[in-house]
Amino acid sequence: MTSTHHTLAAARWRIAIMLTAIVICIYFGFIALIAYRKEWMGSLIAPGLSVGILCGAIVIVASWLLTWFYVWWANTHYDAKLDELKREGR
Amino acid sequence: MIAPLLAQGGAPVAASTAQAAATAATAATAIGQPNNVAMAFFFFFIAITLGITWWAARKTRTTEQFYAAGRTVSAGQNGFALAGDYMSAASFLGIAGLVSTTGFDGLIYSTGWLVGWPVVLFLVAEPLRNLGKYTFADVVATRLSQTPVRLAAAVGTLSTVIFYLIAQMVGAGSLIKLMFGLSYETAVMIVGAAMIAYVIFGGMLATTWVQIVKAALLLGGAASLALMVLLKFGMNPLALFAAASSKYGAGVLAPGKLVANPLDTISLGMALMFGTAGLPHILMRFYTVPNAKAARKSVFYATGLIGFFYLLTFILGFGAMVLVGPDAIKAVDKGGNMAAPLLAEYLGGTPFLGFIAAVAFATILAVVAGLTLSGAAALSHDLWTSVVRKGHARVGEELKVARGAALVLGVIAVVLGIVFKGQNVAFMVSLAFAIAASANFPALVLSIFWRRCTTQGAVASMVAGTVGTLLLIWLSPVIQVDVLKHTSAWFPLKNPAVLTIPGSFLIGIVVSLFTSDAKAVAGYDGSLRDMIDGARAA
Repeated sequence: MTSTHHTLAAARWRIAIMLTAIVICIYFGFIALIAYRKEWMGSLIAPGLSVGILCGAIVIVASWLLTWFYVWWANTHYDAKLDELKREGR
Repeated sequence: MIAPLLAQGGAPVAASTAQAAATAATAATAIGQPNNVAMAFFFFFIAITLGITWWAARKTRTTEQFYAAGRTVSAGQNGFALAGDYMSAASFLGIAGLVSTTGFDGLIYSTGWLVGWPVVLFLVAEPLRNLGKYTFADVVATRLSQTPVRLAAAVGTLSTVIFYLIAQMVGAGSLIKLMFGLSYETAVMIVGAAMIAYVIFGGMLATTWVQIVKAALLLGGAASLALMVLLKFGMNPLALFAAASSKYGAGVLAPGKLVANPLDTISLGMALMFGTAGLPHILMRFYTVPNAKAARKSVFYATGLIGFFYLLTFILGFGAMVLVGPDAIKAVDKGGNMAAPLLAEYLGGTPFLGFIAAVAFATILAVVAGLTLSGAAALSHDLWTSVVRKGHARVGEELKVARGAALVLGVIAVVLGIVFKGQNVAFMVSLAFAIAASANFPALVLSIFWRRCTTQGAVASMVAGTVGTLLLIWLSPVIQVDVLKHTSAWFPLKNPAVLTIPGSFLIGIVVSLFTSDAKAVAGYDGSLRDMIDGARAA
């Protein structure tokens, strides 16, 4: 067990918590808007497109983009440090 | 809030089969009558999947092959398989139906069913892959005392699996009766027999490929249906939504009365968000890939596929609303579950209806196979090998027990499916998610990330999560009012997750702080290291 392990675990933990918090904010923000800003969610941006429908689609796409961001971070930063750790022979 | 849950469990089909049978004869639709195309597609699917099972059976000789497909599944394959495990027929039929009858309100659920996936990726996928072998209890028990943790985890797993299975079986029986004209019991037994065959003979390898085939069929079916809808609106979804609002009022594009109680919506949202990361059949899939990196990538693929699917439900739902009409949809099935099949019939006639019906059936079959395998793993790996045999099972013994357990679970699912015929089992899906979120997820997170977590803390959290959820659901309107027909319920919320998730975290933390577990604390550095290096299951 090295301190690098701890640093690496802490880095992943920080990113994981931060991204989880973002997903929670996005989704429950969406629910809160539906519950407390009904009128605004029903207003039209373009014919056929209400704010609510746009927000719903954004929640789905944003969730997916967040998974993309995490995978990108882990593949480039986390795995690079992990390889370093393994090369050092732990 | 109850409608989507009904939709997910497929129970409105159950509740309204009688009306459907009465009205289907008069409505201008082939739904409810034996459909040769549907039968042909369905038996073709059964033949293909049994072929896969036969191929997989020859490669399934060890416990690692049986539970984890020899850890040879690629990230892309596992992405499809995760999507296949998760997208139930009810999310296809139920959400499309809900959107077609309520408009925007239905879309709230399209988003809710997706947001659990990022949580799975960020918090559990990689630690799970690196710390465990076959079940999520492997991870919780990794530095804690085996027997109590395995017992408590098995209770959480089996409760989740059984309730989910019942809801799927009842949905399957009703759906098949409605779409193919087969008897309910015959339908449940066909589903049971096929699922038992996949799991017992082909293990995880067959189950994985059944999921992949099903996910491809479901996505292909939904995408072609959406494409046919869009062709009618100049390939512009906004033209479709505008047509819906000019025909049925601007209200269909705005939040309606489905979200009358925000706390209920938040509670269900929490169950969906954290329950996904506690579903045993989803968690088990991370053991099928070669390493943590593949586990990570597979969630990215799965989230993309599932997100795409839920975006399609926007088109399918509004398409059915405009082209078929809410009244015609409700005339066939009061819960709206036949919206997508009716849309298929409108756009492509009886053959396309047959194809979509067969896809829906295949979808249920794949979900129950995944559930049964994860339940069998809890019985054989957690209870038999770890608790009864104290980790020293004879060679080949665990595999026999696992196959026996799959058979027993399959038979139980068929029997319960028939017992609950015509019952309102909608609450069972929300129950399964609530237990997964309250019993499995907190213990998993605490044991992975918190050094001070003790055996007593983890066990207390899992037991409290299971018991608390069962108790509050029993006291809630879904049982007291909807099932027992009382006028009021003691507990006001339809889903208890808003209390039970923080509750189980709190109990796990408090009990851990008041107990000491030297072995757990001492083992933390080792498990942290394994979690990073992936040494254990490499």
